[in-house]
Amino acid sequence: MLKKRIIPIILLDGFSVLKTINFKQRRNLGSPITVVRTYNTRNVDELILLDIDASKQNRPIDKFTIQDIAQECFMPLTVGGGIRTIDDIRDLLSKGADKITINTHAIEKPSFISEATNTFGSQCIVVSVDVMEDGDEKYSVFSKGKVVDGLSFFDWIVKVEKMGAGELLINNVSRDGSMSGANIGLAKKISALVSIPVIYAGGISGPKNAALVAMTNVSAVGISSIFHFTDATPKDCRLAFKKLGIPVR
Amino acid sequence: MLKIIDLQVGNIGSVINAIKHLGVDYELIKKPEQLAGSTKIILPGVGSFKAVSDKFYASGFVEALNEHVLTLGVPVLGICVGMQLLANEGVEGGVSKGLGYIDATVKRINDFGGSLTIPHVGWNNVSSKGLSLFNGIENNSCFYFVHSYSMEIHNQQGLNIAFTDYGKDVVAYVRKGHIHGTQFHPEKSQSVGLQFLRNFIEAC
Repeated sequence: MLKKRIIPIILLDGFSVLKTINFKQRRNLGSPITVVRTYNTRNVDELILLDIDASKQNRPIDKFTIQDIAQECFMPLTVGGGIRTIDDIRDLLSKGADKITINTHAIEKPSFISEATNTFGSQCIVVSVDVMEDGDEKYSVFSKGKVVDGLSFFDWIVKVEKMGAGELLINNVSRDGSMSGANIGLAKKISALVSIPVIYAGGISGPKNAALVAMTNVSAVGISSIFHFTDATPKDCRLAFKKLGIPVR
Repeated sequence: MLKIIDLQVGNIGSVINAIKHLGVDYELIKKPEQLAGSTKIILPGVGSFKAVSDKFYASGFVEALNEHVLTLGVPVLGICVGMQLLANEGVEGGVSKGLGYIDATVKRINDFGGSLTIPHVGWNNVSSKGLSLFNGIENNSCFYFVHSYSMEIHNQQGLNIAFTDYGKDVVAYVRKGHIHGTQFHPEKSQSVGLQFLRNFIEAC
C-alpha cells in the first residue's frame, strides 16, 4: 500500500539554511549539508530544498550545493528556486535532483509548466503554490512578497494540474513558521479538487497535527519549523500517523 | 565493466551517485559503440516513453543493445522508463516501440474513475519473496516509485515478477533470465535500494 510521506522542507538563502515566519522574519540555521546529513540518518521519505531568494536575485538555486547533497543522499530530492528555463532543470537533474519545483515562473508564464513536463515527464515537475488566507475561507495566491491580483487560488491549482504538473506543493504563507496548527479544511479542499498528489505545508504544530493533515486526501505533509525548533522528529510523526491508522513507512 | 547508458533525458546524476557510493567502476556512455566490453548494463530513464524510445531508435542503441544483451548475454537492468522500454511497446505520448525483450505493453495506470492519485508517487511495498536480486532485503520492503504508466505483461511464462499494490497489482520488478527491470528507483530507495543495486552488480 502506498504510504503517506513526511517531507522535511529546507529553505535556503543561496548559502545557508533558514526558517521564515510568514515568509518575512528569518532565522539562520547553518549549512545545508549538515542539515541534510541529519535527515539522511533519520531515513526521511524525501527532501525538498527551496532557495527562497533565487527568483528575486534572478538566478537558479546553486547546482553545486545540490550536487554535494545528492552525493550522499539516496532519497528523492526535490529542488526549486528561480527555475526559469529548460536548461535550469536539465542542469539540476544532471547534478542529482529528482524533481524540480516551479513557482514564480509558472505564474508569469503558465505554458512553462507544460513545456517542462513535455520535456522531462510530469513526474519530474512539482508546481509550488504559496497561499495566503484572509479569514472567511478566502484564499489568494502569494508571490514575490504580495498577493497576486486577479488570480483565484482554486482556479490556479486546477490550471496547474491541467498544464501537466506531476505534483502540487502548497505552502500556507499565513501560517508559515507559526507552529499554530495547519489549516486542515484547506488541505481537505485542495486534495479533493485535484487528482495529482498534494504536498501540504504551513503551520504544522506537532506530529499529531501533521497526522490530521495526512488524514485528508493529501499525499504528503511538508514540515519545517517543528523539526528545526522543537523535539519533534520525523519518527515521532510516523508514530502519530500509525496511531491514526495512516499508512506510513 | 559496468556501462550506464546516458540518453540525456533523465536524472542520470542519481544513478551515478548510487553506483559511486557502492565503489563500483563504471563508464557513462552516450554512443552505442561504447557498449563494447560491457559486463553489465544499466539503462536508467526518466521522461516519457516516446521521448526515450525515439532517442533510442534514432541513436542506433537498439541494435547495439540487441547484440550485447541477446547475443552476448550481458545482464541488463532497466530502471523506471528504462524498464518499461524492455516491453514491446508503450502508449505514452503516442504508441512507440520498445525493445520487445518482455512480452508486455506499457499503459497508463488505471485511475479507477479518478479515485486513484496519478502519478503513483512515494514509497510502496514490494512482494519480492524468493527473488535473488532482493537477497538481504526483507520481503514487502518499501521502495520509491514515481510513474504514471506501468507494464502490463501478456505472458508470464519464464518470468519472475514482483508486484506492488496500487489499485491493483502493479509490476514493480520483472526478470527474464539475465534481463531485469524495476519500476521503482533503487537509487532513491535508501539502504534497500543500494542493496538491490549491489545484488545486481555482484550476483548475476
